[in-house]
Amino acid sequence: MAELQIQDIIKPENKVYGKSKIMTDTPLHYCYGCSHGVVHKLVAEVIEELDIQEETVGVAPVGCSVMMYNYLDIDWMEAAHGRAPAVATGYKRVNPKKYVFSYQGDGDLAAIGTAETMHAVNRGENIVMIFINNAIYGMTGGQMAPTTMIGQATSTSPYGRNVDINGYPLKITELVAHLPGAAYVTRQSVHTPANVRKCKKAIKKAFENSKKNIGTSFIEVVSTCNSGWKIDPVAANKWMEENMFPFYPLGDIKDGQRDSDEKYSVQKLKK
Amino acid sequence: MGELRLMKGNEVIAEAAIRCGCDAYFGYPITPQSEVMETLMARMPWEETGMVVLQAESEVAAINMMYGGASAGRKVMTSSSSPGISLMSEGISYMAGAELPGVVVNVQRGGPGLGTIQPSQADYFQATKGGGHGDYNLIVLAPSSVQEMNDFVDLAFELSFKYSNPAMILTDGVIGQMMEKVELSDFKPRWTDEQVEQFNGSWAATGKKPNRERAIKTSLELVAEKQEKINEGFQAKYKKMQEEEVRYETIKCEDADYIIVAFGVSSRISQKAVDVLREQGHKAGLLRPITLYPFPSEIINQMADHVKGFLSVEMNAGQMVEDIRLAVNGKTKVDHFGRMGGVIATPGEVVDAMLTKIIGG
Repeated sequence: MAELQIQDIIKPENKVYGKSKIMTDTPLHYCYGCSHGVVHKLVAEVIEELDIQEETVGVAPVGCSVMMYNYLDIDWMEAAHGRAPAVATGYKRVNPKKYVFSYQGDGDLAAIGTAETMHAVNRGENIVMIFINNAIYGMTGGQMAPTTMIGQATSTSPYGRNVDINGYPLKITELVAHLPGAAYVTRQSVHTPANVRKCKKAIKKAFENSKKNIGTSFIEVVSTCNSGWKIDPVAANKWMEENMFPFYPLGDIKDGQRDSDEKYSVQKLKK
Repeated sequence: MGELRLMKGNEVIAEAAIRCGCDAYFGYPITPQSEVMETLMARMPWEETGMVVLQAESEVAAINMMYGGASAGRKVMTSSSSPGISLMSEGISYMAGAELPGVVVNVQRGGPGLGTIQPSQADYFQATKGGGHGDYNLIVLAPSSVQEMNDFVDLAFELSFKYSNPAMILTDGVIGQMMEKVELSDFKPRWTDEQVEQFNGSWAATGKKPNRERAIKTSLELVAEKQEKINEGFQAKYKKMQEEEVRYETIKCEDADYIIVAFGVSSRISQKAVDVLREQGHKAGLLRPITLYPFPSEIINQMADHVKGFLSVEMNAGQMVEDIRLAVNGKTKVDHFGRMGGVIATPGEVVDAMLTKIIGG
């Protein structure tokens, strides 16, 4: 019996994993250990599996994922800092049949863009909002984010986030889940293969929801930024599990559809 | 003859938007322009033409909704008044940087800050010199009547799509609030999806097609040399506007020794002042810039060869007068007269200013 050669193994019928055709060949600019690349891949796989490349438009944020449009082979809009939900709203309103998603970090979505975030969800825009929460501003060099943990050191909180000065980390996902326009609000992570699979399922559900016109789907991905945190990727995963998960617990917060308007209707104003 | 109506300037902006096939209006209430969105909401154009009307949570959100709708190759507009335009300036800069079309209406009120709700023309600099950050220009149209409020909505869309650049209708609280007879435009249908693809498919983010590269509507370029090239492209575009799009009106300028330059409501007041000056034996005329950007510099420069002086009449501390001085380039006398903070000048004050500052000055 002849010895098994490598070309005997690399055959189409043996293929168990491949790069999504929605991902371009552009090398990712992200640091090793960063969660962005994994989430990008999941979005690409969902778009490919649903066969909606021509019907999907993404809104890139300001932050580390500002150049996300280089990596997914779909049409894109690049929003001003924090304004992605408004840009997505404008697009979706004039093109209701399209799949529109925004992709934002914590500074973008939960600090400068808080108003746009809350009001897009409160209107029940039929869009997908993906929120990468790594508790730091990565792009600008590791400053304190709205989601930075108490005691966590950053370049603008070098002695650790102090509640007396900086207030509390913002659980914006819990706030969003209270809004009647939300259909699906979930918190995921991508630090283990099992979590990657769960996160992909959540992203897929969110895209499917936007076709059903049942309200906004919002996915937070609790993520690592080992460069900003100044620790190695393995230690970053461990720190996230031990420090962030207790405060930002994983799992679905709302799963259904936006509230019925009858619940809130009032009598007409009469003199 | 189109349909004749007696309408407010702000109401006409709304009606003209529906009639010219506008796809979406995004706005936020502010005095003295709130009638624009109120009229649209009462008219319910979504039932008639499918036009979207959405009250945003802020002017910041409204302009970014425009960014989204414009990226889809659609005709989108907003309106506001001075403080609101300041809030929109970030988004306007991004639209100019991403070369997105769209129409922004500014029904000016007095500033700075919260200022007053009375009419003003103090946003001339903001409108014509950019307003937001970076080297960019808007196409700026200045209506002086309710009729032009109607006519310039369609014109602004036409120019903004022609140049892939946002356009601004710079008007004021008088033109916005006053009622005049107006001949409304005929209805033009909104573009179908196929027409959007046909007209704007080369640049709009209409969904990635197999036969083209993905469309990316962005204003970001991190390589300095590439960003400079993009900026050179913008400048070439602005130069073409200066060559091809200058619009102005002259009244009694043929034999004039003294020219008043005024736009918007100031031109209406100045027209009366010209008549009074003529009755007094002074050969006065009026030059009314219709495009504030591109500015009618060439005609002013030509006139400067034979007229004895220009008076810029504006409801501000002297903004357009700087562009007039640049155009005149020292050839003849140039001065400014203006009331500020929402005060409207009278024709008599304009006559006095001409007599003291230019004719006798």
